Amino acid sequence: MKNPQELKYSKDHEWVKVEGKNAVIGITDYAQSQLGDAVYVELPEVGAELTAGDNMGTIESVKAVSDINSPVTGTVLEVNEALNDAPETVNQEPYGKGWFAKVEITDLASLDDLMDEKAYEAFVAKEAEE
Amino acid sequence: MEGKKTPLYEEHEKLGGKIVEFGGWLLPVQYTSILAEHKAVRTAAGLFDVSHMGEVWVKGPDAMAFVQNLVTNDVADMIEGQVKYTPMCYPDGGTVDDILVYKFTAEKFYLVVNAANTDKDFAWMNQQLGKFSVTLENSSPSIGQLALQGPKALTILSKLTTAPIAELGYYHFLPEVQVAGIKAIVSRTGYTGEDGFEIYCPIADTPVLWEKVMKAGQEEGLLPCGLGARDTLRFECCMPLYGHELSDKISPLMAGIGFFVKLTKDSFVGKEALAKQKAQGLAQKVVGLELTGRGIARNGFSVKAHGQVVGKVTTGSVAPTLNKHMALALVDAAQAVVGTELAIDIRGKDVSAVVVKKPFYKRGQ
Repeated sequence: MKNPQELKYSKDHEWVKVEGKNAVIGITDYAQSQLGDAVYVELPEVGAELTAGDNMGTIESVKAVSDINSPVTGTVLEVNEALNDAPETVNQEPYGKGWFAKVEITDLASLDDLMDEKAYEAFVAKEAEE
Repeated sequence: MEGKKTPLYEEHEKLGGKIVEFGGWLLPVQYTSILAEHKAVRTAAGLFDVSHMGEVWVKGPDAMAFVQNLVTNDVADMIEGQVKYTPMCYPDGGTVDDILVYKFTAEKFYLVVNAANTDKDFAWMNQQLGKFSVTLENSSPSIGQLALQGPKALTILSKLTTAPIAELGYYHFLPEVQVAGIKAIVSRTGYTGEDGFEIYCPIADTPVLWEKVMKAGQEEGLLPCGLGARDTLRFECCMPLYGHELSDKISPLMAGIGFFVKLTKDSFVGKEALAKQKAQGLAQKVVGLELTGRGIARNGFSVKAHGQVVGKVTTGSVAPTLNKHMALALVDAAQAVVGTELAIDIRGKDVSAVVVKKPFYKRGQ
């Protein structure tokens, strides 16, 4: 799967779609493929205030637990409740219906640490080599 | 990654297997998806590379008596061509390993042991030689093994052999048959809770056998399966995994597999300790848990009753066939009663769980 160009990416393999002052957050295709079949998600609380890097939830596969760290600083506006009943959506549509949460960005500078699609692809290629 | 490679390592890489280290071996945890591979075994068939398993020959006039002393199950009543599952214990009742015993003749037995335990087991067996007139041979490095499991296993294997495998009873084997032109031992055994076969062949022939079985199973929906599915399949059936539900600290009685401990036998290693455990009552037992709260229990998580730690999770996962979150846990005997409400500490949060009957899944139910 191609990583969409319009998104930004974190070193923890989350993607961020900036919509005005809001950010939709999910995990990348590479992250879901490394994790394997998602069987359980723990979403953040709406209203939670997060600093970039803070834990905002978990996705668990049959064999592994993966922490989702907020790639931006902001307040949780909305979470994807549909994942509670259908966690496999994370595997099937990581960049679509498998989104994780929507956050109102309170510190725009927190976006500066994120990578564009090209930089992220290089980052993944390097990590896969190791 | 460091580890030993089975003869099928290149096949696994070719198939896109995600390689992990397990018990000193490099094996695929999955090819495409643990859940898809699990389902294939429950509804069609799956093929596993289990070449890492250890095999030990016991030969000599005292072979039967030696094995009888070594393991907890009764092998005296076995017929030629029969397989028995059995724990093998230390004098204190702790478990050395759980193994399969194949009886070829009264003077020739084949013991199949867990990969990670092979060296330890072989050393232990040698220490038990005593007065018995037998020779032990660790043939693990020269034997490959495939497990073909699932309701379609018989249909698939029948395409590759004229041997009477359809008539082969559960936990019986054919000592020398041709499968796809390869000399093999075929037993109707497995670790998945489904019908199926385990096929032992010379290591050099293993890649060809793998390829032929995969091809034969194409129309039946046969999938190559990794360690992940092997674990979830055995977990649903509550079959113990050494190092989790059985260990040098966890006796077979504690693990709930007392059926395979025959205290009526004359004598065997661990008999006195196990008889004492049984007479005095067990301090802890392995129970099945269903999570009634949200979360997934993992190996090592604490189990609590009224805020007090009463045990530890030994295996936890989703049970894919049931679509429920389940766990096996070693808990204080007082809590090991079906219906008891407990909690599992999942990363600092107490999640409710209830003791349920084992196994979680049984074929045909």
